Amino acid sequence: MQDFYDIDSQLSEDERAVRDSVRQFVDEQVLPVIGSAYIEGRFPREILPGMAELGVFGANLPEEYGCAGLNNVAYGLINQELERGDSGIRSFASVQSSLVMYPIYAFGTEEQKQHWLPRMARGEAIGCFGLTEPDFGSNPSGMITMAKEQGDGTWRLNGSKMWITNGSTADVAVVWAKTNGDPSDKSIRGFLVPKGAKGFKAKDQKGKLSLRASDTSELSFDDVELPADAILPKSGTLKSPLMCLTQARYGISWGAIGAAMACFEEALAYAQNRIMFDKPIAGFQLQQLKFADMLTEIVKAQLVSLHLGRLKDAGSYTPQQVSLAKRNNVNMATDVARECRRILGANGILAEYSALRHMANLESVYTYEGTDDVHALILGQAVTGISAFK
Amino acid sequence: MKIAVCIKRAPDSETRFRIAASGTGIDEAGVKFDISDFDSYAVEYALQVTEKGGGEVVVISVGTDASQETLRKALSMGAASGVLLKTDGPVFDSMAVARALADELQGGGYDLVLFGKVAADTAAGAVGAMTAELLGLPCVNSVSKLDLADGRGTARRDLEGAAETVEFPLPAVVSIDEGIARPRYPSLKGIMAAKKKPLESKPAQLGDVRVKIAKMELPADRPPGRIIGEGAAAVPELVRLLQDEAKVL
Repeated sequence: MQDFYDIDSQLSEDERAVRDSVRQFVDEQVLPVIGSAYIEGRFPREILPGMAELGVFGANLPEEYGCAGLNNVAYGLINQELERGDSGIRSFASVQSSLVMYPIYAFGTEEQKQHWLPRMARGEAIGCFGLTEPDFGSNPSGMITMAKEQGDGTWRLNGSKMWITNGSTADVAVVWAKTNGDPSDKSIRGFLVPKGAKGFKAKDQKGKLSLRASDTSELSFDDVELPADAILPKSGTLKSPLMCLTQARYGISWGAIGAAMACFEEALAYAQNRIMFDKPIAGFQLQQLKFADMLTEIVKAQLVSLHLGRLKDAGSYTPQQVSLAKRNNVNMATDVARECRRILGANGILAEYSALRHMANLESVYTYEGTDDVHALILGQAVTGISAFK
Repeated sequence: MKIAVCIKRAPDSETRFRIAASGTGIDEAGVKFDISDFDSYAVEYALQVTEKGGGEVVVISVGTDASQETLRKALSMGAASGVLLKTDGPVFDSMAVARALADELQGGGYDLVLFGKVAADTAAGAVGAMTAELLGLPCVNSVSKLDLADGRGTARRDLEGAAETVEFPLPAVVSIDEGIARPRYPSLKGIMAAKKKPLESKPAQLGDVRVKIAKMELPADRPPGRIIGEGAAAVPELVRLLQDEAKVL
């Protein structure tokens, strides 16, 4: 869509080059297949080698681990472009990058980093992230998954996780568990659980009406024995998984912009060409008001994420600022997708157009990675000094 | 093998153009520019050759400072270095552009000089052949397949209803048609690496620029469609118009 506020002028040449390369990839490789993949309810694995070759996985991690070493604004732009294709594609990359590669990078040993990061960057290994449980979503500190250290230093893991993106296809799961019978969230540690470990099962959750181009699974751990080096040694307390979520939520704030841009562009082209009462419907005031409102909200969201990215690159951003961006931008995109669906009239319910697909996806994005309500309470606490959680 | 690829910054062909106030060019505001299509096939082909057989690819462009971004893209695809032959504005005179390129290529030790067969904007297709003439090298145009071995090239040219294969000694100038190679996406690592690659900028030795664009205008609007009748009764008139007026039958 048109860069109405000349935001490009605030991007460096290489940030624009990264955006343009991913944009071209999405236009040529994702958009032609996403509609049918969505209807078939499958992640389009055929695009995986191309995504890896492009270098989107762990793109903001250092080159020594086979990653591109991009700054956070470029990383955000990648998310924007991927979600212009589909939230499921962006979710795949977010999980791989922010929720699996990032914790291995931040909390892992050098051996774990050398073993996993380069092959994950190349897309040869896929990861998933297990935090949410059937009864503990917004309140992860209540988790009941437990790891017990055995006499020989190995671990035994029991519990279950739910709503896990890439769960059934992952070669490795980053699983968060309490340890050694301690029910407090201070005992939470991260573990690397490889696919095929005895007692570890992953089952796809069926019947989704949102994020259909993404695998979502339930994980169960029944006396899974893990070696001593399965633990992420520098992880500790609930703070560790929340640090991962902050990374992912930052990317989501950009991703939502991409979904909104896709819907806006499609609806605008439609409205300019669709003749009703002898003129394009874009010529009617009711539609122009919608486009003016949507344009305004998209521009505001772009500026919020760009500024947040600059703060992140400067090392001075806060999780609360990320909450504001995630909450605002996902809400904005959900509204834009719905309005665009309506502008498309009857055509808007077809998979040939993207608006309803984005609209349905964004309902998941609204709920995952901290629901809209939870982010409101984080902001509420930030401004009042009073926690509404306790 | 050392290969030079001469590339041009050209507007994306999906752009909707407006004529600039000068009346002699397009209004560049909001227009997206990229490596001209055929030139990008040439870059990809050159990269594949050197990745397999060793050597390096140097990309060269005649243009304003804005062409640096175009060269940088080729570097992010994998070219080793770039040279900008800088001009103050767009140059339409193919001979002047060829002089500047020949001046740069002369003595560069290139085994092969590649061009796209025509530029996406001007579609003149003259610079490659003129450069070859100035350098005294053999020239083959519109090549859709190219094999290089033992100091010789074998090229296929797709003609209307036929194909011809030509042979020539290296060094040579070859202009590239589509079908030879599908350009890769610049990888994110490639984009970061390109920042550290040499990109030289120096004034283009254009000589006397004799040809200039006098006027540029958009094509006239197409006349609206006509309904000539309904059903079978309208067919004879439809066939007559397709034959005599549209001349498509």
